[in-house]
Amino acid sequence: MSEQKKTSVPKPLPVLEGFTKAFYAGCARGELLFQVCGGCNRWRHVPRELCAECGSWEWEWKASSGRGRVFTWTVIARALHPAFADAVPLAAVVVELEEGVRLLSHVIDCAPDALEMEMPVEVVFEAASDEVTLPLFRRAAV
Amino acid sequence: MSTQACIVGIGETAYCRKPGSGMSELGLQLKAATAAIANAGLRPSEIDGIMPFPNLGRAEEFAANLGCENLRFATTVHMGGAAPAASLGVAAAAIEAGLAHHVLLPAGWNGYSGARVRETVSEQSDSIPGGAIARDYYLPYGLTAPPQWYALLARRHMFEFGTKPEHLGQIAVTMRAHAQKNPNAVMQGRPMTLDDYLASPMLADPYRFFDCCIETDGAAAVVVTSLERARDLEGKAVPILASASGQPYPADEITNRRDLFRTGLTIAAPEAFGRAGVTPADADFAMIYDCFTFELLQQLEEVGFCKRGEGGDFVSEGHIGIDGSLPVNTHGGLLSEAHSLGMGHIVEAVKQLRGDAGERQLDSPSVGVVTGWGDFGDGSVAILARA
Ligand SMILES: [Zn+2]
Repeated sequence: MSEQKKTSVPKPLPVLEGFTKAFYAGCARGELLFQVCGGCNRWRHVPRELCAECGSWEWEWKASSGRGRVFTWTVIARALHPAFADAVPLAAVVVELEEGVRLLSHVIDCAPDALEMEMPVEVVFEAASDEVTLPLFRRAAV
Repeated sequence: MSTQACIVGIGETAYCRKPGSGMSELGLQLKAATAAIANAGLRPSEIDGIMPFPNLGRAEEFAANLGCENLRFATTVHMGGAAPAASLGVAAAAIEAGLAHHVLLPAGWNGYSGARVRETVSEQSDSIPGGAIARDYYLPYGLTAPPQWYALLARRHMFEFGTKPEHLGQIAVTMRAHAQKNPNAVMQGRPMTLDDYLASPMLADPYRFFDCCIETDGAAAVVVTSLERARDLEGKAVPILASASGQPYPADEITNRRDLFRTGLTIAAPEAFGRAGVTPADADFAMIYDCFTFELLQQLEEVGFCKRGEGGDFVSEGHIGIDGSLPVNTHGGLLSEAHSLGMGHIVEAVKQLRGDAGERQLDSPSVGVVTGWGDFGDGSVAILARA
């Protein structure tokens, strides 16, 4: 776990209920889980009750390869939430995974001004608290 | 003459920043509401429909203060900044169906001195659709507020279509220029150049500070009735040719859209133009919801004023200036007049179509378009005609 800068306000964390609890439980085990539809085999994120594509209620959690590419990002230069005041500049990055789903995260080993569209990345996991492990990304070989 | 709906009254408060309005948000909205009711030539007791802006008051409170003893239509369109233009359509439908005769649409807040807009999402996960998704999947990464959400779209648009910071800057500079002719604009007397824009600090790259709407206190309101009833009223009627709204898909999650640029307006615009029997080329002006510069550019594209990907060139060619082919936000918009939640865009459109826009009056416009944008890309559009 990387060193957290001190701020008076804790960073917001997900509320571990329902599908979200299972998603982050996977992260804690080192697995990036997404729902895969039992009817049409499509991967989806965020978790849903049924498949919006084919209507099937059948699905199972499957672990992603964790490999993807940078789809878009913003560099937060001024925090609009006090918990991130000491963390800026901070890039919030949308990664498109090989399976087709996109996930908001950070690329931890890349300065915000070095980010590039379609840059290959791979998932890593980092504990944000005793209960929550967040999926993050690092640069990967092409 | 028919049950076709029209706007018959408009009202606004002063817009301000420091030291704040000194009024409650309800009080501010009641000021604008009573002005709009008087402008229509109605008595407050004749209002029998009220459509409050989402999370900014209840119809019951408005009715109790105004003396609306016969309130029989009360609802809210939950689309954030897309609510006012969408509400015009709901009000029109209610009037055409006989559910109400005179519908009040208020909107206003202490956006400067009260709860700041940037804090609302972080603190109230139920204040927007998808709030729990934002809480569980965006907030842990610092993505906590609207400019950050939309900056994701802006950067991808830059990548796919070559849109440049200078294009966004042209929008900011044009809105600021328009505000110079508006005595109620907070940014009157503070002109801006493209160099000023480019020198403004980054907030959520590619958004600089000057890409963002201003935080202000103030309120605006309009009254909708039928053309038939408006004949007997003092207020000059501005017909609502059509209003439509739409949502992106999925509307509650911004990162997993197959087509990132298909927003609510993409669906709403063809529907509204179809029903109105006009085309974007018929518009003499457009009041585009300009929460941020790129959202204005994107809406120009999705309404159909230019093709997708051509918004940057469209603004650089000067089309959106007050002397351009499609004057946009002649009042200065959210970027330079005030953050009037989109109701100010409707008020300005009515002024232009009545010929009451003063120094910034356009030359006899006959068709005007008003848009709204809210939440994760909900959209609305209203098409209005000359009084
Ligand atoms: Zn399916």
